Amino acid sequence: MQIARVIGTVVSTQKNRKLEGAKLLLVQPLSLDDQPRGVALLAIDAVGAGVGEKVLVVIEGKAAGDALGKKGAAVDAAIVGIVDEVSYQEDQP
Amino acid sequence: MQLARVIGEVVATIKDANLTGTKLLILQPLAPSGDDAGRTLVALDSVGAGVGERVFFVRGREAAFPFYPAEPPTDASIVGIVDHWSI
Repeated sequence: MQIARVIGTVVSTQKNRKLEGAKLLLVQPLSLDDQPRGVALLAIDAVGAGVGEKVLVVIEGKAAGDALGKKGAAVDAAIVGIVDEVSYQEDQP
Repeated sequence: MQLARVIGEVVATIKDANLTGTKLLILQPLAPSGDDAGRTLVALDSVGAGVGERVFFVRGREAAFPFYPAEPPTDASIVGIVDHWSI
């Protein structure tokens, strides 16, 4: 799973039928010091996240399909949690 | 599967119902030399690991298998605590 920031919403009228009803958000993966890391991606929202929130993103097809509540949907990423707090040790032996 | 050290934890109150009761840990993957190798990630714990420990983890759909019959949405899970390794 990746920690990411929700940076936008995506609206698509014409799409695969399996994607109907899906809430698509644009998320930017973050490093532990909250800097953008890599390219932003689209994720299905399973928890009611909003723009600006820090979230947990799963990048795996089965989990994303489950989040959408549909089997065999062409999705590969889902938001599965809203992050309250992250604690980590910078360096250790 | 890959070696990693546990460097932190994540708290999330609002989350997928299938993640209820699970522990979310931040992993730094390791090379066999013990040096950091690659990007940090968040993984589900299935073995009772904690910050500071060396562990190994599995990626992909198989990451949900340790929690069977539950199917938590995860793409990485800690499946063992490493006592030691040698190369």
